[in-house]
Amino acid sequence: MSKRNETKMNGAQCLIRALEDAGVETVFGYPGGHALDIYDALYDSSKLDHVLVRHEQGAVHAADGYARATGKPGTVIVTSGPGATNTVTGIATAYMDSIPLVVITGQVPTDALGSDAFQESDMTGITLPIVKHSYLVKSAAEIPATVAQAYHIASTGRPGPVVIDIPSNLARELDVAYSYPAEVRLQSYKPTYKGNSRQVKQAAHAIEQAKRPVIYAGGGVIASGATPELAQLAESMQIPVATTLTGKGGFPEDSPLNLGMLGMYGLPAANETMHQSDLVLAVGTRFANRSTGDAEAFAPHARVIHIDIDPAEIGKNHHADIPIVGDVKTVLGSLIEELRKDGAQPQTTAWLESIAQWKREQPHRIMRDEQTIRPEQVMMLLDELTKDRDTIFTTDVGQHQMWASQLIHTTRPRSFASSGGAGTMGFGLPAAMGAQLGLPRSRVICITGDGSIQMNIQEMATIRENDLPVKVLLLDNSCLGMVRQMQEQFHDERYSQTLFTGNPDFVALACAYGWSGRKAETPSELEATMRQWLADEEPSLLWIPITSDEDVYPKDACDGSAKGVSDLRDEE
Amino acid sequence: MSRVLSVWVDNKPGVLARIAGLVSRRGFNIESLAVSNTEEDVRSRVTMVVDADEHIVEQVTKQLHKLINVYKVTDLTDMDHIERELVLFKVDVPPEKRGEIIELAKNFGAKIDGGASDSLIIELTETAGRLEAFETLLSPYGIREMIRTGKIALAND
Ligand SMILES: Cc1ncc(C[n+]2csc(CCOP(=O)(O)OP(=O)(O)O)c2C)c(N)n1
Ligand SMILES: [Mg+2]
Repeated sequence: MSKRNETKMNGAQCLIRALEDAGVETVFGYPGGHALDIYDALYDSSKLDHVLVRHEQGAVHAADGYARATGKPGTVIVTSGPGATNTVTGIATAYMDSIPLVVITGQVPTDALGSDAFQESDMTGITLPIVKHSYLVKSAAEIPATVAQAYHIASTGRPGPVVIDIPSNLARELDVAYSYPAEVRLQSYKPTYKGNSRQVKQAAHAIEQAKRPVIYAGGGVIASGATPELAQLAESMQIPVATTLTGKGGFPEDSPLNLGMLGMYGLPAANETMHQSDLVLAVGTRFANRSTGDAEAFAPHARVIHIDIDPAEIGKNHHADIPIVGDVKTVLGSLIEELRKDGAQPQTTAWLESIAQWKREQPHRIMRDEQTIRPEQVMMLLDELTKDRDTIFTTDVGQHQMWASQLIHTTRPRSFASSGGAGTMGFGLPAAMGAQLGLPRSRVICITGDGSIQMNIQEMATIRENDLPVKVLLLDNSCLGMVRQMQEQFHDERYSQTLFTGNPDFVALACAYGWSGRKAETPSELEATMRQWLADEEPSLLWIPITSDEDVYPKDACDGSAKGVSDLRDEE
Repeated sequence: MSRVLSVWVDNKPGVLARIAGLVSRRGFNIESLAVSNTEEDVRSRVTMVVDADEHIVEQVTKQLHKLINVYKVTDLTDMDHIERELVLFKVDVPPEKRGEIIELAKNFGAKIDGGASDSLIIELTETAGRLEAFETLLSPYGIREMIRTGKIALAND
């Protein structure tokens, strides 16, 4: 007999009901002792779709991929202790890229807190530096309001992960009054959305006067849904646009104004453009060292307009001549309006001609070979064969990530998910799973390496179990290629612990997980195999062995000292 | 240059850990930090002295602001404000100097709080400058132990 009283809810039931009221549809998680009551309450929910992952890190990256693809916050439920600590890398990854997540962790009962009880870990303490906010719930009655606040905080302003740690006795507590707040108002948290109109006017004037303007667009463009405004501004004033790794997709890469990625491993022409510009319009970006290299030497001749919703990012890494705190979409809207009122006309013809010349002189290196498959060739082909329908790419971290970001052309926001700030190997596969769950009709492709895929390979089982048609493209160079490349360049080819000799037969492995597995070994069979793989209706892995000695270009930009980026121009 | 920041926060467990964690992980150099209850039960006031250039102070302020439990951060340094700090000195007191030391303390507005046959505990609440002046006067007698609370401050408005 069920001892559950339908009208009076326990704490766990309040939690599940609150998640439903917060509009959550999909939860990624993994149960355990101190999450038993939560999972028991979940058993009755017809609204929440729970995905049982194989490792808690996978749950967080999946929720992250779901959030990046859909724009909705991702949700995770795990147990205390090791279950909770397994989420840490995922939380840090989401924090670095400002991705909205709510991570609910079970906790030991309140009277055992601080006693080093079995499976106790101080989750709010451990995650302090990597969350936007966190809660250690102290009474069951607080649960619904805490959930409402968590989603509000995670998804507004500059998004980020929020942790809710719930002691198991509170989840078990009976007769808890449930009330979900109609609206969340936090006196101490009021993000600024509208830009200061004087600053916006100044920015418009600076744009009107600029001869060599460039837009430097980051992940904030995607977070705020500002792609239409960005495209309108760039087109109306004929300003070229460079994007960061997390900004990829924020501006259509088939536009003639597109410069592609800037910074380390970015297109040399994009860096040259930054270097020569007289005005940088930085939108939704934080001047990360991956993009700027030596911040002092970055865009040395330019005035800087910096638009970001997080006031702490303005002036943090780079000075701003015209700072504008506000939501990128709203501010760009005002800026467009201001320029329109002024009757501003583009005057960048000469500037765009120089840029076109740099692009011609220094394109991305594309290697082709009759005998061996080259990675650039794989990416170009993948780019071409996926143009037929909307495709979401996720990547792991390494050389394959850089080849993908250079050569896959995204034309829509939320179609390229990569761990930019944290550079977390193991992100790609679970992120693809989350993206596919969020957007069942889209084609989702994870571009990975032989190192990265093995960091969360267990999620192949989850993907199979949920019949998700995720596609994995595995560039197998039998090594930790990116690190190997740095050892080649900066450590006299002393390949310390970067070469794998024991990789599995990935086709057999795919089959063992119930996936389709395909392998392309020669350039001649590459296209046909890739087409078959793309046509597979079930989850499918395409294994492409390449040689271990491939390098990412431009090589001179990867000296890691950040100097190379701004010095690119001197390499001509 | 030292700046005095007054931070108005939720009076909740963990808030101090958030502030301290933020300050240390971003490498800000804090001279002192004092926390206490306020006229409102649900709020605390943190007074923080930061020795840093303008850029760093601006960063500290903005980063503090981002904490959800922080309501307001005010840089009091250039505002009309009152700041105080309390110090306790344990001073060596040979019997023949006892009267002299008590007299010195009284003249400075300090209080004698306790002590033993050969020592005194002297309390002074003052601005940092006056505290240091008093310390200089006391040190020839031998300061055995000393403790300061860190600054607390309120705007005059
Ligand atoms: C979790 C984690 N550990 C270590 C690293 C350091 N690292 C960066 S790239 C890389 C190699 C990645 O190898 P692989 O996935 O095979 O990609 P490749 O560079 O070979 O394409 C390593 C070890 C990292 N980014 N993340
Ligand atoms: Mg590899």
